[in-house]
Amino acid sequence: MSNEATLHSQQEVMHGAHDHHDHEHHHEDNFISKYVFSMDHKMIAKQFLITGIVWAIIGAFFSVLFRLQLGFPDATFPWLESILGHWAKGGRISAEAYYALVTMHGTILVFFVLTAGLSGTFSNLLIPLQVGARDMASPFMNCLSYWFFFLASLVMMASLFVQTGPASGGWTMYPPLSALGDASIGSKIGVDLWLTSMALFVVSQLLGGLNYISTILNMRTKGMSMTKMPLTIWSFFFTAVLGVLSFPVLLSGFILLLMDRHAGTSFYLSDIFIAGKALANEGGSAILYQHLFWFLGHPEVYIIILPAMGMVSEVLAVNSRKPIFGYLAMVGSLFAICILAFLVWAHHMFVTGLNPFLGAFFVLLTLLIAVPSAIKVFNWITTIWKGNIHFTPASLFSIGFVSTFISGGLTGIWLGNSSIDIHLHDTYFVIAHFHIVMGVSAFFGMFAGIYHWFPKMYGRFMNNTLGYIHFWVTLVGAYLIFWPMHYEGMAGMPRRYFDYTNWASFNQFGPLNYFISIVVIIVFATQLLFVFNFFYSIFKGRKMTTMNPWKATSLEWTTPIHAGHGNWPGEIPEVHRWAYDYSKDGRDFIPQTEPIGPNEATH
Amino acid sequence: MSGFLAVLVVVLIFIVIFQIAKASEYVSILKGEKKAREQSNRINGFLLIAFLVLGLIGVYWCNDLLKGKILGESASVQGEGVDNLIYVTLIITGVVFVLTQIALFWFAFKYQEKEGKEAFYFPHNNKLEIIWTVIPAIALTILVAFGLKHWFQLTSEAPKDAMVVEITGKQFNWIYRYPGKDGQLGRREFSKIDPAKGNELGVDWTDPLSKDDFIPTEMHLVVGKPVKMIIGSRDVIHDVGLPHFRMKMDAVPGIPTTLWVTPKFTTKEMKEKTGNPDFTYEISCDQMCGSGHYSMRGVIVVETQEEFDKWVTSQKSAYDLANPAPAAPEAPKADTTQKTVAANIK
Repeated sequence: MSNEATLHSQQEVMHGAHDHHDHEHHHEDNFISKYVFSMDHKMIAKQFLITGIVWAIIGAFFSVLFRLQLGFPDATFPWLESILGHWAKGGRISAEAYYALVTMHGTILVFFVLTAGLSGTFSNLLIPLQVGARDMASPFMNCLSYWFFFLASLVMMASLFVQTGPASGGWTMYPPLSALGDASIGSKIGVDLWLTSMALFVVSQLLGGLNYISTILNMRTKGMSMTKMPLTIWSFFFTAVLGVLSFPVLLSGFILLLMDRHAGTSFYLSDIFIAGKALANEGGSAILYQHLFWFLGHPEVYIIILPAMGMVSEVLAVNSRKPIFGYLAMVGSLFAICILAFLVWAHHMFVTGLNPFLGAFFVLLTLLIAVPSAIKVFNWITTIWKGNIHFTPASLFSIGFVSTFISGGLTGIWLGNSSIDIHLHDTYFVIAHFHIVMGVSAFFGMFAGIYHWFPKMYGRFMNNTLGYIHFWVTLVGAYLIFWPMHYEGMAGMPRRYFDYTNWASFNQFGPLNYFISIVVIIVFATQLLFVFNFFYSIFKGRKMTTMNPWKATSLEWTTPIHAGHGNWPGEIPEVHRWAYDYSKDGRDFIPQTEPIGPNEATH
Repeated sequence: MSGFLAVLVVVLIFIVIFQIAKASEYVSILKGEKKAREQSNRINGFLLIAFLVLGLIGVYWCNDLLKGKILGESASVQGEGVDNLIYVTLIITGVVFVLTQIALFWFAFKYQEKEGKEAFYFPHNNKLEIIWTVIPAIALTILVAFGLKHWFQLTSEAPKDAMVVEITGKQFNWIYRYPGKDGQLGRREFSKIDPAKGNELGVDWTDPLSKDDFIPTEMHLVVGKPVKMIIGSRDVIHDVGLPHFRMKMDAVPGIPTTLWVTPKFTTKEMKEKTGNPDFTYEISCDQMCGSGHYSMRGVIVVETQEEFDKWVTSQKSAYDLANPAPAAPEAPKADTTQKTVAANIK
């Protein structure tokens, strides 16, 4: 333990210095340094969140636009021409515009909302607050992380307005389609902007991720051993590890793609005849890109879902007034998921001509992930068992998360088995699977986090009634949208089709597509209600009167309602116990800061 | 105008909902936090259990409504294995789905906050945790074993007597090539592709094997006879999707891939089986390939050996079409393909 003692004494010194620093500059806090180039992790968290919300509205609106095409293939909407111009001549979206919308929807939601908006927000907000640190290890890097994300956002936004349109080859950006401007109008400057934006995004993720890891490892307050950390922190830790190890691989894939586009290289290109001439490129492999892409792409889905898992664990425990069941198993399963995440990428590539023997290992490892996932689900269910559950919007979204995670996770067992994947690959079954398991679930985790920690962010509460309406419409709507899609997929209906009317096998789903599109519009409108609630409550929400409104044990609720930069006005509290002493020994909750009693058993 | 009205209605609904929400917030403050919480707990508890019951009924009803649309029996021998595996997986995951969803929503409903009740301090239980680690592990082992057995069958080498068809994807249609009488396809080289001269595939005409290859507009297969497809692409990645055969394989430029299937029913038989006089075996492109992706449709005709033989004799070799006797009209084949492209792009 001497090592830890040294570490903490050093940290104390550092914090002391920091305090001083804070004090010194207190009066110089101007608008720019407080709200724009802020180095306070709490402000950066809000910046990530609000940018994420803006992107979420755009990305979701795009899905409404292409659902209009799918649900009403024969109808015309003149207002579409007013906003999209020649991309929707006569009020009907063109195929090119449809593919651009689909591509941007995927990119925006996966990267800008559910990666930056989700882990960017809550890692920033909660890591220092829950481990007991004044700020991140490097507040400056943290600030840069947001602003690189902002730059990435600007470039991506700009790509929506160029003459030839944004990238339109699907969010996975597979070459040769994405490498050749002649193959698709979206593969002209749109892809260059897309790649630039994503490169900036990767920089942002690395700056953020390294910061999260070093803060968690080095800046925990006295007594906060790793096993005393709330599960949120564990999940952010593994998320950051995943990101730091896999995003560089993605970047390398993008650089090669950029060189194939502009430097005449043939990493991904071979034997291509396009636009009336045979290209000189020979010997490249289009499949190489897919390996590089999915080496990030698969961990990416865990980057999205792990933070949601962590927050749901925390919210369920707090609102059930019970310790999370099987804390160590929860940490262990996060770890197992984190390791396996790197070993399953080729399950996205079963039908690319991948060596079947190699494919067999990916089947095995993919289905193996179901074990830690099952452990987590059973532990969540056991956590609410014999609890005393308060139905706040946050806890409802957590219950909804577990429900959708089960539904979407189970279909993963279908798709992970290559023999089934060979039929269902790239059909609506896949759409249903990943939207439920990482789209809806991750959003539910995010909503749970927002409703739960909103008071910590703004010192006010969000409107509960609107929260309940938001939850119920979204839960029911999500199932109505995605559940029937499994059947479309079972019928082999391919994804990314602009129009199914000429297909004897798939046009039978016209009425179903119509129904789904109607629900999409309703659910989208309900999300706007949430956005309204969010911004309204920042200014007009019910004020927080106590420091610890949910009666939670963790450290963030020991800070003042409006904590300044540095979080605790005095000393950082010392931690004596884990974060889950709820309903122990006849007491509703015991804060982490309370020493273990003489006759008390530790968990 | 109607658009404006629609927006107005939506905005009004928003305002009404918001006012109700605001009012209920005031009411809850007046009533006291505890009372308000009790009430919202009761309502949400009820909604949770209602969601469970209605949801399970909905799952059943949805299945009833849509099960007739999922293509029915597999039309290939290999597809039977896929379907069997789907059934086994469906049963296992279906049971887990129903049990866990019931447990989740039932517990949430049953253990909602009640006055004077205390939660049960239950931080861990090794026995339980081992049970629910081991059981999923066993279930998954079974699924992996079944799955891999099928997988190795599906991806095995095609039988020696299988007929061979080459299928090549391009933006945005499929080109089929049959080896002709000699049973072997002529050499191809992408740099020799020249649509203007009727050589869409870049066949090397100097290769004697290429002389009898023919390039029809539909794929014809023989019922009960295994077929090996040699799959390629001319430009971007496509995917040969055969939903009725439960098969799929990417078409990658520069890297040929293969798949093999044995069709079980002729097109005519399928028309009778499905009761749909317009039934067609379709090839769907299942890999995003550009703006015409959705229109990249191919047609397969499955027929008896006699019908097939008759069809083969009616086909002209691609060599003869591309290298007509002097002064003959230039390559009609190329024209039709280009027209299809144009039509597709539209």
